[in-house]
Amino acid sequence: MTTTTAPAPTGTTLLDVRGVTMRFGGLTAVNNVDLTVSEGEIIGLIGPNGAGKTTFFNCLTGLYVPTEGTVSYKGNLLPPKPHRVTQAGIARTFQNIRLFANMTVLENVLVGRHSRTKEGLFSAILRGPGYRRAESESHDRAMELLEFTGLAAKADHLARNLPYGEQRKLEIARALASDPGLLLLDEPTAGMNPQETRAAEELVFAIRDRGIAILVIEHDMRFIFNLCDRTAVLVQGQKIVEGDRETVQNDERVITAYLGAPLEGTGAAASTEADQ
Amino acid sequence: MTTEITPVIPVPERAARVFTALAAVATAGTALTAWTWTADFPGDLTFYGSPAGLQWLTLTGGLITAVLTLARYGIPGLRWTSPAGGNNGILLAALGTAAVSWFAIIAIAVDLGGLANLEPGGWLAGLTSLLAVTGALGLPLDRRTADSLGKPNYWWLLAGVVGYAVHHLITRTLRLAKIERKLPPARELPSWAEVLLIIAAFAVGLFAITFGIDTEYGELFTGYLILAGFTVAALAKTGLLQRLRALTVKHRPVATGAAFSAAAAFPFTQTSDQYTSVAANILIFATVALGLNIVVGLAGLLDLGYVAFLGVGAYAAALVSGSPASPIHVAFPFWAAALTGAAAAMVFGVLIGAPTLRLRGDYLAIVTLGFGEIFRITMNNLNGTTGPNVTNGSNGIPRIPDLQILGFDLGKKHLVGGIELGRFSNYYLLMLIITAVVVLVFARVGNSRIGRAWVAIREDETAAEAMGINGFRLKLLAFALGACLAGLAGTVQAHVSYTVTPDQYTFAEALPPNSAFLLAAVILGGMGTISGPLVGATLLFLIPKKLEFLSNYQLLAFGIALIILMRIRPEGLIANRRNQLEFHEPVIPAQSAPEDAVPLTKAGA
Repeated sequence: MTTTTAPAPTGTTLLDVRGVTMRFGGLTAVNNVDLTVSEGEIIGLIGPNGAGKTTFFNCLTGLYVPTEGTVSYKGNLLPPKPHRVTQAGIARTFQNIRLFANMTVLENVLVGRHSRTKEGLFSAILRGPGYRRAESESHDRAMELLEFTGLAAKADHLARNLPYGEQRKLEIARALASDPGLLLLDEPTAGMNPQETRAAEELVFAIRDRGIAILVIEHDMRFIFNLCDRTAVLVQGQKIVEGDRETVQNDERVITAYLGAPLEGTGAAASTEADQ
Repeated sequence: MTTEITPVIPVPERAARVFTALAAVATAGTALTAWTWTADFPGDLTFYGSPAGLQWLTLTGGLITAVLTLARYGIPGLRWTSPAGGNNGILLAALGTAAVSWFAIIAIAVDLGGLANLEPGGWLAGLTSLLAVTGALGLPLDRRTADSLGKPNYWWLLAGVVGYAVHHLITRTLRLAKIERKLPPARELPSWAEVLLIIAAFAVGLFAITFGIDTEYGELFTGYLILAGFTVAALAKTGLLQRLRALTVKHRPVATGAAFSAAAAFPFTQTSDQYTSVAANILIFATVALGLNIVVGLAGLLDLGYVAFLGVGAYAAALVSGSPASPIHVAFPFWAAALTGAAAAMVFGVLIGAPTLRLRGDYLAIVTLGFGEIFRITMNNLNGTTGPNVTNGSNGIPRIPDLQILGFDLGKKHLVGGIELGRFSNYYLLMLIITAVVVLVFARVGNSRIGRAWVAIREDETAAEAMGINGFRLKLLAFALGACLAGLAGTVQAHVSYTVTPDQYTFAEALPPNSAFLLAAVILGGMGTISGPLVGATLLFLIPKKLEFLSNYQLLAFGIALIILMRIRPEGLIANRRNQLEFHEPVIPAQSAPEDAVPLTKAGA
């Protein structure tokens, strides 16, 4: 990581990643990566397959304990436990949709409310007024999120029976249910057609308008450059460049990483890449 | 799968219908004749004009077939039995009747040594019941079209030529299929009438179950199972069961109340304690199975040593019961003993769960299996020679005194409303209260924040953790709650069975309760439901109890039955909505990428 031409963050820093390194035995999947996300930002994370993007995500969300480096959220170090990371205010989606397939759409979102509700075993058995109130509040909030993502009509369907694009939306709704300050999206448009991708873009902007910062991994460059305030490029575990659209698009190393060094390659290939 | 509505035997529909109805009535009629000449066959089937034993079953089956057939004529007053329409229900009822009649004929021939022992009445029953089946095959049935059949499946040759022939007959010749028929909207009834209907349905259910528990010999029980199975399948096909279910959902409190009233009415139908002891043990077994359902059905933790928690509860209750064999010479009142048993089981659950619940799937199953055995062996060794004397080792703790609750001695006979309730009736009613508590806990927790978190962990633990669920803590909670409920049932079990010995709490044995049967009850009945484990436990308790003549082959028969059931109904006898969809609905492609693309385990875990 060398040229960092990122604009100075406007809001307060939400996520501060310093020197995160993840080694699996002899393989260094993520190597000394720094990243900051400020309030209200949409940050893109791109890179060729196997660059370590998802591993980096897993380090942020506590699925992996980074070999080195620290992750802090709003100034507090994050414990490497997924549920505590969510409790702290970072929610995520998965590259391969990981819904609770045999629960209904509504139940999926209600599970997302888990970290923001407290009702335990005994209040569930006794069903006092406090419990009823909390349940109905969770229910209302879940339905509101389903309205927001356009799934309200399918609240009682099994999650597995939703079409692919709606499963992606449901995963986002479920993540939003934990009232996050930062949402991590892992390839939210994978497998989507252009219309669905555009709808996803609008959804991401709408989420940002709710005051939620977003860190997104994506392969669809048009999607990334339409959305993101800044984009970081990860290649072989290292962040080689971070910056706005022009900086990233014109960076030699990015082109090399995606297409290989221009020895026998032609200029035509490079120009199509820049657009795609 | 394409379907058609055609008869197997091409005859005019009207003729087939008349024929079926007449044959079914005739079958019922043969129950009034003598089937055998000697009273040696259990039940004494030698009388004309008075059905007995297995003849009652043929009579019932014939009448049900006749009613279902006539209902399809649209005769007012009978139509309610067949709201969905379709003739497959008639065929199933006729098949059930024929199966019961032929089972009786074969049982007579085997028991008495030869077909010569049959009277003409018996032959007539066999003949008319087969005629009814033939008639039903002439009715337009829901079938697969011949051209939608795949290649023949020769694997069935492994089951022998007969097995293959049966398979061929079912899949190639009969080709029965399931056609979803929309139920016509139910007639609007005043709600008191609907409540009366529910009560009537539960009264019929109570009668049917009481009949099953009261069967005095294995032949009658087998016949009962055959007929019950076919009748339930037939009524499910005609849509009557769906109607009933809709009614119970609409009036859930009434239905729950009716179910418990019916269960509470059981001891009042009994004249001796012979079968109330069976019923009390069924309730203990069923309650523990329901507790296990929290662990397995909701949280998805495969626990193969669950019976140990029942044992902990029973031992704890036995130790504080005031039994002269207990080294602690205290006699707690029941409420304190129940709390002790439940608390001890819960502590044991947490102790076992804390180290083991970090494991997933198969590993957890193996470790819990080990802990179940450790419990039994430890109880054996705490005998004063190989360890401190706490449990008397393999002799167990005998002479556990009967419970006294509010001055009411559960060991004595009491007159209630002119009916004498014996010792086991008292314990049955006490156990019913505990079952009700467990049902309440299951229903309320299952549908709450905690219950949803459990299901989420079962579905995908990594995603659940990413939703802010502390997986370990919630799994431990499921383990502890399940253990606590089993321990509660254990406290009553100690008193019901007088003696607590280590060998009551094994992994697998021919008689329940043991860990294998508990798990089987949950899976057979339907995971994640309330009525499923109750039904499964009842069946799994009654079958070994009533079919003692199978003796050495019991476990073999049990295994075969489980395989067949899992083949045709993987979601269990009573499926919850989720599982029903999971196993029988075409999946819309969703989880496209392979699961292992995101690593399942934590780094370093």
